[in-house]
Amino acid sequence: MPTLEDYVARVEGTCGAEKDVIVFFKYEKKDEVIANILKKATVNNKIAGIIFELAFEGFSFRLYTSGKAIFRGVKNRDELNRVLAAMLL
Amino acid sequence: MDIQAIRQDFPILKRKINNYPLIYFDNAATTQKPRQIIEAEANFYENHNGNIHRAVHTLSLEATDLYEKSREKISKFINAKEPSEVVFVRGTTEAINLVAYSWGLSNLCKGDEVLVSLMEHHSNIVPWEITAKLRGFTIKYANVKADGTLDYEDFEGKFSKKTKIACLSHVSNVTGVINDVKRVTKAAHDNGSLMLVDGAQSVPHLIVDVQDLDADFLAFSGHKMLGPTGIGVFYGKKALLEGMPPFQGGGEMIKEVEFSEGRGCSITLNDPPWKFEAGTPNICGAIGLSEAVKYLQAVGMNNVQSHEKELTRHAFERMHECNKITIHGTSDLSKRCGIISFSVEGLSSHDVALICDNYGIMIRSGYHCAQPLHQEVLKLHSSARASFYIYNTPEEVDRFVEVLKEIEQL
Repeated sequence: MPTLEDYVARVEGTCGAEKDVIVFFKYEKKDEVIANILKKATVNNKIAGIIFELAFEGFSFRLYTSGKAIFRGVKNRDELNRVLAAMLL
Repeated sequence: MDIQAIRQDFPILKRKINNYPLIYFDNAATTQKPRQIIEAEANFYENHNGNIHRAVHTLSLEATDLYEKSREKISKFINAKEPSEVVFVRGTTEAINLVAYSWGLSNLCKGDEVLVSLMEHHSNIVPWEITAKLRGFTIKYANVKADGTLDYEDFEGKFSKKTKIACLSHVSNVTGVINDVKRVTKAAHDNGSLMLVDGAQSVPHLIVDVQDLDADFLAFSGHKMLGPTGIGVFYGKKALLEGMPPFQGGGEMIKEVEFSEGRGCSITLNDPPWKFEAGTPNICGAIGLSEAVKYLQAVGMNNVQSHEKELTRHAFERMHECNKITIHGTSDLSKRCGIISFSVEGLSSHDVALICDNYGIMIRSGYHCAQPLHQEVLKLHSSARASFYIYNTPEEVDRFVEVLKEIEQL
C-alpha cells in the first residue's frame, strides 16, 4: 500500500511574507506524481509546458514539471497531507 | 582571467539539472568548490589526519602544521597584523555570536547602546537582540535609503557616548550594496565605539584589508569563497582578543586545569586565538579554506572583482530589456557587488525561482535572512536573487535573461 512518503521528498514553508508551502516530490517518482495529480485536479492553465495551475477541493496550487509544487492557503501540514493523499494515493 | 579554464576546475558545473546545463546563480548563499579544494580535503584525510596540538606523534604534528599554516595564509589574505588575530569558527554567524556573547556579555549593560543597520542579515541582528535581553542594553537601528544604500547621516547621527559597538555588513546580501565601512569605522572610533564588520559578502569578492579598514572585528565564512562549509573566520584586534573571555569552554582553550582539595579547579586560559577554539576544531575545513584562499589569490582578487562588476553591468543592461522586472537597490553600479535582487510583476519570488530551476538556473527566493530590509525599506513580501562568482559567464546571464523574458509572458 503506497504512502505519501513514497512520493514526497520534502516539504518546506517558503521564506517571505507569502506563507506558501513548497512540496518537493521524489525525483524518480515525479512523472507518476504529475500523472496522478492531473487525473484528479482541475487544470486551470498550462503555462509554457512546464507549469500547471491547478485546483483541488478548494485549494489552488502550481505544479512544475521538475516535480515541485507550490501550495497557497494551506493551514497546516495535516491539511496538506490530506490534500496530497487525496490526489496521490 | 580565463573563465573557461576556471570552469574546468569545478566538477559540478558539468551537471545538468532537468536536462539543462547547470547555471549556478546562488553564490551569495554558498559557492561551488573547485577540485583543488576537494582534493586538499581528501589529501588531508587520506594522508595527514590527526588531532592538532599537544600530541607528539607524526600525524598530529603534520595536522597541526597544516592547520596553523592555514591560519597564517588567511591572516595574510585579510592583512591581519599577525595570525593570532585569526580565530577559526564555523562561519560568520558563529563569529558574530562570539562577539555578542564573549565581548558583549562582559562589556555591555543597561544604558549602553549597540548600533546596527536595517540592512543587516539576521545573523547580525539576532545575537544582539538575544544578548540585549540578557544584559538590558539598547539596540539602535540606522536607516537604509529606499535605493538600498546606507543612510550614513542617520548611522553617524545615532552614535552617542552610550554606543559601545557598531555593527555593519560590508556588502548587503540582498542588494549587493557596498558600504563604506572605513568611513563608519572612523565615525565609530571617533565616538569611542568599537566596530564589527560582517564580511560574509565582501571578503569573497573584494580586497579586504583589516588594517586599512581599521575595524575591530571582522566575520566571514569559508563556504561563500569556494571553501568548505562549517569553517569561517573571526578576526579581532589582538588587544581586544586578549581582553575577552572565552566563548566556550573545553580542551585547547586552556593552558592548565589545576585541581586542589577544597579549592576545586583553577583554570589558566590559553592565549588567543586558541582561547576561542574550544574542542577539536574543523581542521580539514581550515585547510580547505586555506586552499580556497590560495585559489583566489592565484586568480587575483582584482580580477575577481572586475569580472563580477562586468557580469553585474551586463546583467543590469540585459535585465532592463524586461518590462515586468524591477531590480532592487541602487542603479549606481560603482556601489554594488554581483548580487541582484529583483521582482517580477504578478509572480511571487518562489514561482520565479521554481521556473528558473525548471531551466537549470539556481537562484534564491524569499527574504534572504534580511526581513527588516525587505519589510521596512524595500517594502517587499520577498525577492528573487541572482548572485555571481568567478565561474559565471555573460552567456549564462544571457540565458537567464531569456528565461526571465519567458517568465514575463506567463
